[in-house]
Amino acid sequence: MTAQLADQLACAVDATSVVDLVRLSGGASRETWRFVADGRPLILQRQRSGDGRDMGVEASVLRAAGAAGMPVAQVIAAGTGDDSPLGASFMVMTAVEGETIARKILRDDEYAEARAMLPAQLGAALAQLHAIPVDTAPGLVEQDQIEYYRTVMDTLGQPHPTFELVFRWLEQHRPVSPRQAIVHGDFRLGNVIVGTDGLRAVLDWELAHLGDPMEDLGWLCVKAWRFGSAKPVAGVGEYQELFDAYEAAGGGRVDPDEALWWEVLGTLKWGIMCILQCNAHMSGFSRSHELAAIGRRVCENEHDLFLALEGRW
Amino acid sequence: MIPHDMPTSRELVESVREWLERDVLTGTTGRLQFHARVAINVLAMVERELETGVVQAATHQARLDQLGCADEAELAARIRSGELDDRAAEVRELVWASVRDKLSVANPKYLAGS
Repeated sequence: MTAQLADQLACAVDATSVVDLVRLSGGASRETWRFVADGRPLILQRQRSGDGRDMGVEASVLRAAGAAGMPVAQVIAAGTGDDSPLGASFMVMTAVEGETIARKILRDDEYAEARAMLPAQLGAALAQLHAIPVDTAPGLVEQDQIEYYRTVMDTLGQPHPTFELVFRWLEQHRPVSPRQAIVHGDFRLGNVIVGTDGLRAVLDWELAHLGDPMEDLGWLCVKAWRFGSAKPVAGVGEYQELFDAYEAAGGGRVDPDEALWWEVLGTLKWGIMCILQCNAHMSGFSRSHELAAIGRRVCENEHDLFLALEGRW
Repeated sequence: MIPHDMPTSRELVESVREWLERDVLTGTTGRLQFHARVAINVLAMVERELETGVVQAATHQARLDQLGCADEAELAARIRSGELDDRAAEVRELVWASVRDKLSVANPKYLAGS
């Protein structure tokens, strides 16, 4: 089966030799492989057919982000549907060397200089992304997140009074007349490759959508993505550093209250995602005491929400 | 009154946690050690719940009674409908108090650090 995939890949990237094909991960909706084609290290992402949005949308966003100057892996080949050389939608990208594990980036000495540069680099990367015209990548849609996550909560059937209080606050304090941009949707440590020289590539574009660009800034500041660090921006910087870098790179002026609104929504979302992860265990989909324990982390998010909104109700 | 002999359920859980800490954690590496650490945290959480659960249940019920709600589901629904808006500050104070109780069992360090 691996030999067949190697042949298909050689055809897809027009290479004479494909070697060292290794599967890195396989989720429910996609699998990731690493291989070397004619001496060049590459990454394959292949979609499991008929599941979710077609990967072709993601490939076009990634190409647009690269063209806009954002640090991303270069798309070498992409195909859509059953007719593609791989029998499913896929993307082949350059393999970018570096670290993705947040705790290493935040704690290891070799990343000390990178940590100092990251707040400005992350802000500039977002400004580049948000400047891309929204019609560049057809297939992206905007969704009302309050409505969506309320539905998720109701489907789960585990009502949380804290979340209801916060949903009401969010409704009553919605940012007025937000811009619309291409939003990454999961922009944080863990989804970026960092080298000792700083930010090298922004990964994981599968949640990209249209929406208020402040969503990406707020999500980057959610406490879970500080991985225990005291600094609010991805565990590496202060709010003002991020906002100044974003503005300096052409992203426009940031209203801290709007960014906070998205940080609050992000904290609420992460709380709901904790319930969903626990549910993967409870439903029998993936029995694991690690997933079970995440269910008891929901109250961390509830507490963070009360702290964030103290004096703002 | 329960019919069981010693140890109590809390003490049984404690004995397993101690074994994980003493023998399993030191005898493993990598992924298995990480999962042993998660297991230790889970058991410590269960010990805290067995210690304080009865008192917390009574306190939580008293808070729901104060707001005239039978359970969390009713409280959540009445917050959403706006019925409790005229008691908003009181509602927030009581809900936050129960969240702190949950954290004191789930992750007391998180509560102390914020």
